[in-house]
Amino acid sequence: MSATVAVDSHASVEPSPRIRIGPATAARHGMILASRNIRYLVRTPSSLIDTVIQPVLFLLVFVFLFGGAIAGDWQSYLQTLVPGLMVQITMYASIGTGMALNTDISKGVFDRFRSLPIARSAPLVGAVLGDVLRYVVALTVLLLLAFALGFRIQTDPLSALLACALVVVFGLTLCWMSVIIGMVATGPQAVPGIAMAVILPLTFGSNIFAAPETMPGWLEAWVGINPVTYFVDAVRGLMLGGPTLVPVLISLGAVAGIQIVLMPLALRAYLRRVR
Amino acid sequence: MNTCIRAEGLVKRYGANTALDGVSLGIPRGSIQGVLGPNGAGKTTTVRILATLLRPDEGTVLVDGHDALRDPVSVRGIIGLTGQYASVDEELTGMENLELVGRLLDLSGRQARVRARELVERFELGDAGDRPVKTYSGGMRRRIDLAASLVGRPRVLYLDEPTTGLDPHSRNRLWSIVHGLSDEGTTILLTTQYLEEADQLADRVTVIDQGRVVAEGAPKELKQRVGSQTLHVRPVDPADVRRTEEILTELLGGVRPGVDSERGLLSAPVQDPVLLSALVRRLHDAAISTDELGLGLPSLDDVFLTLTGQKAGKTEPTAAEKGSST
Ligand SMILES: Nc1ncnc2c1ncn2[C@@H]1O[C@H](COP(=O)(O)OP(=O)(O)O)[C@@H](O)[C@H]1O
Ligand SMILES: [Mg+2]
Repeated sequence: MSATVAVDSHASVEPSPRIRIGPATAARHGMILASRNIRYLVRTPSSLIDTVIQPVLFLLVFVFLFGGAIAGDWQSYLQTLVPGLMVQITMYASIGTGMALNTDISKGVFDRFRSLPIARSAPLVGAVLGDVLRYVVALTVLLLLAFALGFRIQTDPLSALLACALVVVFGLTLCWMSVIIGMVATGPQAVPGIAMAVILPLTFGSNIFAAPETMPGWLEAWVGINPVTYFVDAVRGLMLGGPTLVPVLISLGAVAGIQIVLMPLALRAYLRRVR
Repeated sequence: MNTCIRAEGLVKRYGANTALDGVSLGIPRGSIQGVLGPNGAGKTTTVRILATLLRPDEGTVLVDGHDALRDPVSVRGIIGLTGQYASVDEELTGMENLELVGRLLDLSGRQARVRARELVERFELGDAGDRPVKTYSGGMRRRIDLAASLVGRPRVLYLDEPTTGLDPHSRNRLWSIVHGLSDEGTTILLTTQYLEEADQLADRVTVIDQGRVVAEGAPKELKQRVGSQTLHVRPVDPADVRRTEEILTELLGGVRPGVDSERGLLSAPVQDPVLLSALVRRLHDAAISTDELGLGLPSLDDVFLTLTGQKAGKTEPTAAEKGSST
């Protein structure tokens, strides 16, 4: 340090070695901020309740209210619905990333982080990792309740685990969308509204709640091109048996496609705010 | 003299609006530098550029030998920033906020806890340290925010309007904290809208208005130019403003008073209060009646009126001035 202290006339300044932050340090900073977001989740009852109540509510309402009407009896509806709900609640939970980032920006917490010598990526990594925990909590609650109601995995535990992993990967992909929304929204309250405008057509316009064959032609066509449909097919196949290879491949293709399009956009929007 | 912060020719534009129009600063190591200016002068923009949160369109910034534009991480390693608005997590407790910053600065969990406790005690937050920040008063928020910027023991500290909105008691408390930090050798830049605050704290003051430096000097020098008191006089009949100005100029020994032609108000820095009675006599002789006449402490408006000959934020640069500033 003392070597570069003489800064009197700007002409004589030797540039001191530029400090860069390596990936290991960046990862550590990301983890520290993730643990903050997790603490936040545990601390703030409303956000925890959101995460827990959503799956419970969707499961109970659809199984008992509509189950009989849609599938003849609620027990068989439960079987087809649970894999679909796994995908749906993960999509809802992904909104949290954008909310967290936008809250930090509008509350000035972001400026605090930016004035510290930490990796630029750390707040983003923290928000995303914090969200993974939300997915896991929501999925666990959903599956526990489903098992209590009589849902059974008809394949093997490994396939079921793969199904859960696929859902989490899907959620992580959707984080990019959430990041973009979080960067453009004027305030945290605006985030869910914008996100829902994207998520609702993707979830209800899919095979999560009803068989596409029962829908009018235009809607069936939409369901057919909606990537969510293939995720649901893949998760159903992995948990209940049936064809898995094709839907899993299409799902992974969709993940790759979404990543390629949304990730650069999200990173650009993010870096514009954290430079 | 050993310069710690050197900014040259900072320009920042927002569309057609020029927030900074060539601001330069040189701040000696270990000193307290005041940046004085009215709302919208460019204080926050300047601080954010010096703190690497904002890139200027033109100009250079060196902080303790590090180029803020090329090597922001090094600069972030030695600065602390307390922004105009608190930047702590409202949901976390005061302690948790400080610990989080400590962990991000690579302290161990235990070290971060010890450092956080130390700062909470030092800033007299005591038990409040374990309450969520959203329950804090304005003064407490300011202190926890300041504490958060001190976790890493920065050599350079930026304070953006640290006392705006505080009651006198909290303000005095903050002043003594700033003095204490300066005694420990921290180089401090603080912005303010109050000449009195700059006078209390700063070794040197830079006055900015409309993104440009309009005056620079020790607070004492500025105060001398502004006067220890300010005389205000407003003739009832606006047609008398000219004659009043002449009388006043004569009494002031050639110094022309500032004229706010909008309000028909003249004001002038005054060292000797006896001038007031002389003025009353002269105005009486000249049959000029006034509806405002008196002495008061100089307000920021007076400072600007005296230093720029214009009201704060109303400067219309002439072509010549524009030419000379580039
Ligand atoms: N993000 C921004 N977008 C557009 N204009 C801005 C922005 N930030 C500041 N300004 C403008 O720049 C000028 C200086 O602002 P600022 O530095 O905040 O002044 P101060 O802190 O002295 O009150 C003002 O005219 C303000 O409106
Ligand atoms: Mg400001």
